Amino acid sequence: MSDAVVASLWLSLRVSVLATALNALIGIPVAYLLAKRRIWGRPVLDLVVTLPLVLPPTVTGYYLIVLFGRQGLLGAPLYELTGWTVAFTWYAAVIAATVMAFPLTVHPARAAIEAVNPDLERAAFTLGRSEWRTALEVTLPVARRGIIAGLFLAFARALGEFGATLMIAGNIPGRTTTVPLAIYTAVSTGERVEAQVLVVLLTALSCLVVVVANRLGGARAAGP
Amino acid sequence: MCRVAALLALVAGAGVRRGLALAVLGVALLAGRGAGAEEFTLSVAISMKEAVEELGRAFGQAHRGVVLRYNLGASGDLQKQIEAGAPVDVFVSAGQRQMDELERKGLLAPGTRRVFARNVLVVVVPGGGARDVTKAADLLEPRVSRIAIGNPRTVPVGQYAEESLRALGLWERLQPKLVPAENVRQVLEYVARGEVDAGFVYATDIGVRPAGVREAFRVPEDSYSPVLYPAAVVAGSRVRSLAAAFVDLLAGAEGQAVLRRFGFLPALR
Repeated sequence: MSDAVVASLWLSLRVSVLATALNALIGIPVAYLLAKRRIWGRPVLDLVVTLPLVLPPTVTGYYLIVLFGRQGLLGAPLYELTGWTVAFTWYAAVIAATVMAFPLTVHPARAAIEAVNPDLERAAFTLGRSEWRTALEVTLPVARRGIIAGLFLAFARALGEFGATLMIAGNIPGRTTTVPLAIYTAVSTGERVEAQVLVVLLTALSCLVVVVANRLGGARAAGP
Repeated sequence: MCRVAALLALVAGAGVRRGLALAVLGVALLAGRGAGAEEFTLSVAISMKEAVEELGRAFGQAHRGVVLRYNLGASGDLQKQIEAGAPVDVFVSAGQRQMDELERKGLLAPGTRRVFARNVLVVVVPGGGARDVTKAADLLEPRVSRIAIGNPRTVPVGQYAEESLRALGLWERLQPKLVPAENVRQVLEYVARGEVDAGFVYATDIGVRPAGVREAFRVPEDSYSPVLYPAAVVAGSRVRSLAAAFVDLLAGAEGQAVLRRFGFLPALR
């Protein structure tokens, strides 16, 4: 395999792993809030979390530029303070992948949390656990299969992210050229062999991830 | 066929399935689009967008019933599309290399290729920025952290920029700063948005974003091959005489006058 293929594969894996970790860190608490709490602005939160699933990635990419570009709402103050911009770095690819994968984490996790038998949670309360500890010791462990299945889907989505990544991170070989971008470039420049190698690799990897996610989801449905 | 579908829509509308009727009507409208008009597709190097569109309006008035469609992009991408069999009638390229490739593969109508305009390379900086970048060597300064160029694999303006930077002995040293773009207008946009500190574009592109970018310096003209624009009729065209007429328009007096107004130089010095 050429250096460019290896570099894009390695970058895609790093981006997807980090995006999945961020999804776990932010997505699970959000899913819990949406499932359990009647907080103010919940319908808005629900909507915002779902939007990346239905909006064209280019629209999401545009919002990311508005937020994180050098003249962006967050990007401009960051640039003033540090002289550094996230756009066109591999962190930008992580941001794009995280946002695009977010609905795939939150929706299954929320469904799994809502499906937990409330009697178990009441029992934990009765035995003197706080809500915080009930969530950590009862709700989330019981819902874990659905949550993990969602994270696998999020990983697969992060691996395949193209449009938003191209807009905010660009297509810089060796730095922000993830596998989907490398495929796009290889096809548009007529490098069929390189494109085919990457297409086969990405298809195999995505199949593996989806099979694992389905197994987890299926085992939950068949379980007690 | 279009009328049959519309009729079907009316018949279905008399019943209860109004949703279905609307769907059928929608399909009929989509299918009926452009019926009767002669379509004519031009693949145009995006740096020529405004000038060719203006000439296209004149062409449309001279040839009633002809609908012109523009496929804009980097000349390298447009070339690959034609190689893959895209239904294109005229190709306007920002580089001879892309046209040479198509000619070698026998994808141009013989004898239709004409070089009709010339351009020069400039470095632009964001409009608001008061950065003192006045020569190529200034790009090495730490205050210039990112430089956008067209991806040299497909974008002619990037190929000229690479050629120039190599001739000036800067190509290797500037590597870490380079941000490749998909076409010259993306370079312009990156600079106008301030995402990069400098970018290589054609002199004619500045007019598209006069407030967003400022010319920093002209790239020394002896450091890169002349930027020549060839146009040709594509071999697969089914409207060859119309296509040839458009190429004639580009090279003729009217075309040259419009091109000059948009800042392009005549093909011959």
